[in-house]
Amino acid sequence: MGKGVCVCQSEKFKQLEQIIAEQKGQPGSLIPVMHDAQELFGHLPLEVQAAIAEGLDVPLADVYGVATFYSKFTLQPKGKFQINVCMGTACYVKGSQLILDKLAEMLQISVGETTADGIFSLDATRCIGACGLAPVMTVNNQVYGQLTVESAEKIIQEYLLRARRDINANL
Amino acid sequence: MLTFEKLEQIRQANIELNRQGIRVVVGMATCGLAAGAQLVYDVFQQEIKKRALTEVKLVPGGCIGACSLEPIVDVYTPGQEKITYVQVTPQKAQKIIEEHLVNSRVVDEYVGKLEFKGQERIALRNCGIINPEDINEYIAQDGYQALAKVLQEMTPEELITEIKKSGLRGRGGAGFPTGTKWSFALSSSGQKYVCCNADEGDPGAYMDRSVLEGDPHSILEAMALAGYAIGANQGYIYVRAEYPVAVKRLEIAIKQAREAGLLGENILGTGFSFDIELRLGAGAFVCGEETALMTSIEGKRGEPRPRPPFPAVKGLFGRPTILNNVETFANIPPIILKGADWFANIGTERSKGTKVFALVGKVNNIGLIEVPMGTTLRTVIEKIGGGISGGKRFKAAQTGGPSGGCIPAEHIDTPIEYETLIELGSMMGSGGMIVMDEDNCMVDVARFFLEFTVDESCGKCPPCRIGTKRMLELLEKICNNEGEEGDIEVLENLAVTIKAGALCALGQTAPNPVLSTLRYFRHEYDAHIKDKRCPAGICQAFMTYVINQEKCTKCHICAKNCPTNAIIGKPKEKHYIDTNLCIKCGLCITKCPKNAIEKTSKN
Repeated sequence: MGKGVCVCQSEKFKQLEQIIAEQKGQPGSLIPVMHDAQELFGHLPLEVQAAIAEGLDVPLADVYGVATFYSKFTLQPKGKFQINVCMGTACYVKGSQLILDKLAEMLQISVGETTADGIFSLDATRCIGACGLAPVMTVNNQVYGQLTVESAEKIIQEYLLRARRDINANL
Repeated sequence: MLTFEKLEQIRQANIELNRQGIRVVVGMATCGLAAGAQLVYDVFQQEIKKRALTEVKLVPGGCIGACSLEPIVDVYTPGQEKITYVQVTPQKAQKIIEEHLVNSRVVDEYVGKLEFKGQERIALRNCGIINPEDINEYIAQDGYQALAKVLQEMTPEELITEIKKSGLRGRGGAGFPTGTKWSFALSSSGQKYVCCNADEGDPGAYMDRSVLEGDPHSILEAMALAGYAIGANQGYIYVRAEYPVAVKRLEIAIKQAREAGLLGENILGTGFSFDIELRLGAGAFVCGEETALMTSIEGKRGEPRPRPPFPAVKGLFGRPTILNNVETFANIPPIILKGADWFANIGTERSKGTKVFALVGKVNNIGLIEVPMGTTLRTVIEKIGGGISGGKRFKAAQTGGPSGGCIPAEHIDTPIEYETLIELGSMMGSGGMIVMDEDNCMVDVARFFLEFTVDESCGKCPPCRIGTKRMLELLEKICNNEGEEGDIEVLENLAVTIKAGALCALGQTAPNPVLSTLRYFRHEYDAHIKDKRCPAGICQAFMTYVINQEKCTKCHICAKNCPTNAIIGKPKEKHYIDTNLCIKCGLCITKCPKNAIEKTSKN
């Protein structure tokens, strides 16, 4: 582990302290703090949960309980590009399962997993309310609609090329 | 401080402003954005600036409801009819600017005909028309006038009587009379809360998202009215984190309303105070249930609790609370301004007003529609929806999401009301209407919903946690060609037990998709179990893969790719599939260059 990582992490924990200080004492502040923490760290590892518990003065068990109850909170790191294939009814009846299967096959991961290189994570998501464009998927916050198995595959290929370009540029 | 006179001045000034110049509205709700509305908006913005078209006002709007025609651009010219351009691309936008905005010539080839016949827009009245990020545009459409009227002219009791008289019922699912709900909270004293349920979790329903993205101030105004009615000074909107655009627009709206003095202390100088906070969900369907929602706002695991006590007596933080859904709130300001009698005249005897439906699935005109209660399913699907896509046969409409059921083709002439849908074994729900055709397998649809419920069951009560799991296992068994005689009876038995024993509405309604498909499509279950076939050709386990010898060029690619060596034949010789070895993975279909491999569900 390089030194840079540690500095960056401690910087994040400082920011987390600030988030907690701003919201502590407000009724029901645990979930909003956890949203902000996940935004900051990308996921909620045990250290982060412990910091939240201590900062807000709630038992760690409560933080863990909330983190594991809601599907938006994740204990595992997600990919740089988070693919969410919508499994709402409108998308399902229009074949989103086939798209999900294809992407899983293409990325060689199961649904809910992240690729070994950390570039992609693949999830089935609840209805995102873009039913008029079914079937849809999102990559990070970008929504792609009226998909076919082929077009979905093509979109992910483009992200893959982009990620590779970025890696090469950083070398 | 904002006074009644000042509010009226702002309204007049903005109405006057809208009468001048050309107004260009780009639909920028989630559907529009997904279809590329941002690029179109950017082109308009750049060109209007570059060409110094000072008389043109560019407005990012909400959703007009015609999702399949997005991105949509409306051009309003004073004294002329509105022109609607559909499926606009950046290139088309260039031409519209050049021709229409500069030379006043309508580009006929890009104009779309949006059909609103049979519709009546109350909840969606401002969606796609105003800029949701500008409070003044809402005020110009009589926004906050209902609040001003009530604060000047009505007591809380009179307001509740008016809502009762209108006959408005909750639009979130169960259809409880709104005025009655409010009156329950009126009598208690001390700290009270108003909550807005914007945790629109039913898959296939997105009317609440559309209202939040297209007309957020109408919800703030209605919540302030509810606060005045019951004597609450604090409101919470619980909105799904899956709706980032709605969250952003709500944040902007709350900030603007506070700055304008329409939220906060001493509103309009009347001494009435009311403020609203936003709370984000975190992906738990059960939080749409009222007690779970309030537990979640309190920052805990969103588990429901038994009722009574009902929230109106003991709700958020243990205090009396009323909770209404987004669409219910959206109906409140027009009821105040136009009167309870006007509202009660729309709809039927038992169900008043309109209902917004998300008409999706296998129908030609996909989108959000708002129709008077009592409109028949046939009008919705055939007239407004333009019939089934691809010329297929209508099989059923699914309403009520995972809590609802299917309405089969033979009941297409049923008027849509709360009661009629219940009688048919479905429910209104929040208004998702998923149209299915002959290619949808109803056993698979039931399995899909049970998979959803099992995933979303919070686990607190055993009937839901264990019972739905057992139901899903049976359905998976049937879909996997392993169904046995007696499975249907076990399913029915479980369904009755879960309905009677589950703690909250999620569990109590979870068996509905199974009961409803059993009621109308029992023959499909029988086909899976007894005849060993899936009539719709959806369930993989019943499929047989065959090679169409006429199309096959004997290239051998399929055989090379088959993971179980089930394709027999040498290159340049006849190939066939050994069904005993075939695992039905479908890889050969994707690899065949001539599309010569076919799936069939016949024995």
